[in-house]
Amino acid sequence: MNPYLERIYNGIVKENPCLVLMLGMCPTLAVTTSAINGLGMGVSTMIVLIFSNLIISAMRNVIPDQVRLPAYIVITASLVTIVDLLMQAYTPGLYDSLGIYIPLIVVNCIILGRAEAYANRHTPDLAAFDGIGMGLGFTIALTVIGLLREFFGAGTVFNITVIPDSIPPVAIFVKAPGAFLVIAFIIAIMNAVHIHTEANKKVEGCDGCCATCQISHGSSAAADDTDKITKEEATKA
Amino acid sequence: MNSSLILIIITTALVDNVVLSQFLGICSFLGVSKQVKTSASLGAAVIFVMTIASAVANLLYTYILEPLNLTYLNTIVFILVIATLVQIVEMFLKKAAPPLYQALGIYLPLITTNCAVLGVALTNVQDGYGFIESVVAGFGTAVGYTIAIVLLAGIRERIDESAVPAPFRGAPVVLLSAALMSIAFMGFSGLSF
Repeated sequence: MNPYLERIYNGIVKENPCLVLMLGMCPTLAVTTSAINGLGMGVSTMIVLIFSNLIISAMRNVIPDQVRLPAYIVITASLVTIVDLLMQAYTPGLYDSLGIYIPLIVVNCIILGRAEAYANRHTPDLAAFDGIGMGLGFTIALTVIGLLREFFGAGTVFNITVIPDSIPPVAIFVKAPGAFLVIAFIIAIMNAVHIHTEANKKVEGCDGCCATCQISHGSSAAADDTDKITKEEATKA
Repeated sequence: MNSSLILIIITTALVDNVVLSQFLGICSFLGVSKQVKTSASLGAAVIFVMTIASAVANLLYTYILEPLNLTYLNTIVFILVIATLVQIVEMFLKKAAPPLYQALGIYLPLITTNCAVLGVALTNVQDGYGFIESVVAGFGTAVGYTIAIVLLAGIRERIDESAVPAPFRGAPVVLLSAALMSIAFMGFSGLSF
């Protein structure tokens, strides 16, 4: 596959930052009370991520190794301040509803995680596409979670009423516990699908002799080093 | 004055619990809550850093950023201050209180990326808190964080011994426990003074 497309596929499906790597959970849980908030948060994080990846990758030979983390934080914080001011000027409604979570993009683990795991060892063009892929993955996850919470909790989709008023909405979905519930079930469903496909694979071409087996189950066995580092980041954070 | 400070502590620690109703510091809340002992150490480190960070952030904001009309730089300034502060606290503890340093271990540097610390510094500014109020709010928030993470660690120690359906093993069951805790903490919002 084309390496640029591969990056985007990787970010959306294989290493989805929210649902697979479990990075950046704070905004994921906090702002997804409606689909439009999730989308707004996703897009603003994506913009910061693309530019932080691009700048960090372009400066990767200039930044000394010992001070790289403070350098990354300063780059991210500057970008976040720019996005913050732009949103305040052009999308005041969204700015009010996302509130404190916009400046908090600085400490979003996805951004530092990608800088450490990908941007500081790849060329700027690939790093930018990695940012697009990861950003899209994050945006899609946030929008879907927001959509589900809004649908069940308020009976609307993108502020358009879909469930008639006569059926009362389940308000808990737009309150704090709903965030935990929805994400728990999404991950559980993904796990169930994964277990199901793994089980099917075993029936097809394997009789339990795992030690001598040449077929890797899923791609987990062949996880590349970027993958491992990102997971380390995830457990650290 | 005194009653309003107590009100701030109760509000930040229980009613607006930083983890369960404001969703800050979720990464460490989910990541470092496998054992009660380690999560209690992390909680102690957070109380320590968050109280100092709120104080320093408040002083910087009132005496440097505001007079110079640089308030729009608060995100950059606060995150740098917190990162430096964590380093200084770490070096100080290593010299002055080795047992405490040993107990807090690797959790101290990790606090830099804990969004709860930056979050508190920013909310204090938004709420227009003075110096003492900021310190108290920082302390209260950190106590709330500690309560939440120690409770979750206790629940997770019990979950380890029970049979969880396969798809729910790992992250989902932890998130479900957090959801139930969050429902319980919603009860505090009925408190009135």
